[in-house]
Amino acid sequence: MNTFITAAGVALIGLMLLVLIRAIKGPTVIDRLVAINVIGTKSIVLLLFAGILFGQLEMFVDIALGYGLLNYIVSIAASRYYQHRKSLEPEHSPGGSPVS
Amino acid sequence: MGYLGYILISAGLVFFLGTTIGLLRFPDFYTRMHAAGKGDTLSTVMILTGCICLSSTQVDGIGLLLLALKILLIINFIFIGSPTATHAMMDAGNKAGATPWRKDSK
Repeated sequence: MNTFITAAGVALIGLMLLVLIRAIKGPTVIDRLVAINVIGTKSIVLLLFAGILFGQLEMFVDIALGYGLLNYIVSIAASRYYQHRKSLEPEHSPGGSPVS
Repeated sequence: MGYLGYILISAGLVFFLGTTIGLLRFPDFYTRMHAAGKGDTLSTVMILTGCICLSSTQVDGIGLLLLALKILLIINFIFIGSPTATHAMMDAGNKAGATPWRKDSK
């Protein structure tokens, strides 16, 4: 079982790195928000995998629950913050035209 | 019980692969949000259910019941919270003035 969980965790980390590409080069702020939300949700799963591998799932479940609550609050607060800004212009071209 | 956990975790990884491809390849903010919201929620719920099935081979008795209840609490929270966060982010994009992608736009 440990081999399967290790392989699933490595595959999950690889896919999370692919999502991180979108978080780095995403043209607007809101694209980055989406990618960070996905990565944060998958971190809960990764914490549970670590709990199964270490044999201490009772402790890691509590950490995962707290992390999930924190991730939800961060997503809500950031989306409330960026809706009043000009968050659709790319940051690297100041004064550029908005993304259509 | 263990094989059910293997099947659920593998299916969740397949759905997360779909989420990743959609998040990288779709042309617009709204379509990326569509891929991220649905696939992320479903794959997380399936993998966590698989973790319950796999943990039944490690823990037993009242500890397994408490563990399953806690993981079910996480599943319930994600099932409510993730679409709400997706809706809030899409509302932020709509209020900031993102125009939807069309086939004849550039």
